[in-house]
Amino acid sequence: MMKIDFSGLEPNTSSLRGNLNEFLSGLSTAPEFQIPNTNDFDGFQKESIQMVKPAKGTTTLAFIFKEGVMVAADSRASMGGYISSQSVKKIIEINPYMLGTMAGGAADCQFWHRNLGIKCRLHELANKRRISVTGASKLLANILYSYRGMGLSVGTMIAGWDEKGPGLYYVDSEGGRLKGTRFSVGSGSPYAYGVLDSGYHYDMSVEEAAELARRAIYHATFRDGASGGVVSVYHVGPNGWKKLSGDDVGELHYTYYPVERTSVEQEMAEVSIS
Amino acid sequence: MTKEHANWSPYDNNGGTCVAIAGADYCVVAADTRMSSGYNILTRDYSKITQLADKCAMASSGFQADVRALQKHLEARHLIYQHQHNKQMSTPAMAQLLSNTLYYKRFFPYYAFNVLGGLDGEGKGCVFTYDAVGSYERVGYSSQGSGSTLIMPFLDNQLKSPSPLLLPAKDAVTPLSESEALDLVKTCFASATERDIYTGDKLEIVVLNAKGTRREYMELRKD
Repeated sequence: MMKIDFSGLEPNTSSLRGNLNEFLSGLSTAPEFQIPNTNDFDGFQKESIQMVKPAKGTTTLAFIFKEGVMVAADSRASMGGYISSQSVKKIIEINPYMLGTMAGGAADCQFWHRNLGIKCRLHELANKRRISVTGASKLLANILYSYRGMGLSVGTMIAGWDEKGPGLYYVDSEGGRLKGTRFSVGSGSPYAYGVLDSGYHYDMSVEEAAELARRAIYHATFRDGASGGVVSVYHVGPNGWKKLSGDDVGELHYTYYPVERTSVEQEMAEVSIS
Repeated sequence: MTKEHANWSPYDNNGGTCVAIAGADYCVVAADTRMSSGYNILTRDYSKITQLADKCAMASSGFQADVRALQKHLEARHLIYQHQHNKQMSTPAMAQLLSNTLYYKRFFPYYAFNVLGGLDGEGKGCVFTYDAVGSYERVGYSSQGSGSTLIMPFLDNQLKSPSPLLLPAKDAVTPLSESEALDLVKTCFASATERDIYTGDKLEIVVLNAKGTRREYMELRKD
């Protein structure tokens, strides 16, 4: 009886390599990870996650509309209650026509998106055509599935434009992969969904869609402490992605809600000591 | 029935603080030289900074045994790079190498909190900041370690530049001169020493610029 060949899903293809090969091999096969020599692997991972405290807490969103895909994200990284950075790039440019968003563990997202970019390029070279969004998201989902249960934290959206038109997939570290037209991921996603769902029309123009995305992220940063910084908005069209705007959320607040001058303030300004 | 958990941990935290600031044509990387374990001071004279390449230095706080292993790994990789390419590694290349090295130990991490500082291909200062498993970002300044929560807000106040994510882009060069940046670093550590028990003894500063590398030391409170 023929057995299904799962070799493509194996994270470790060979245990015969010596230490020197680790230096010289590069990323031609899947990375090999050392495992700690302990009886209680899960407990050790739980403890070391506490120690490492991966940056999480974010708001990202993406949606398909008539003119392509709109992708937006905030830029705050938090470690527990400490804001470790306000300028994290959460929209990762996999290649000129595909974007990935980052939510969950920053290092996990950065590393696996970089790895996905390499795999996409290898696909192009091997097949003389660009990889589809379906294919790219499947590559990532299969990798994450093989590390399921080991503590990776990745909640990402793969957005791109291929021969079938605009494509959007949600992929996470539990092994889930969903095709869809509207997604928001992160601690601020409930707030973003509220604004996004109520303002969404398929027939929006690029400017309207960008403003909707910007507002949705802004409202999430307003109510969610773990989101903030700068809202980045990208558009993926038939010619690839283009960054449309990057606005500081603090300043965006005052463009949406300008401060009204009250009469009392004006009175105080007029009184002078002679 | 409660499970008995191991009392032995492979990790320890040796404390300490690191700071790096990038300027138009220089980079300053600094760290204190105190190594502690719990309430004990193990030594007052331990360097946390290593020069990885001509124009690239790394400062790391956390578990110094892991830091030392990481330094040796990177030095070995750099040597192989030099043999294969007949030139020194650039700072952005070293930055990505460090990120990958940290991530390859994702399931048994290096307990090291790193800042990498150096000059990029155009001779401008650059600083890269990391978490323990390799996520990294190019920034104008950064601090890591036990005193970082005290120092970062101060640096944000003195050096805060417009975010690189803004569009239209705003110029983000730190306007300080090299001597002003050095003064700022010394002030940071003097203040952090006052309020963080793991920071103190001596400050080691490495300055990288077009003329080369130089080291400076400053005494800090030893209590």
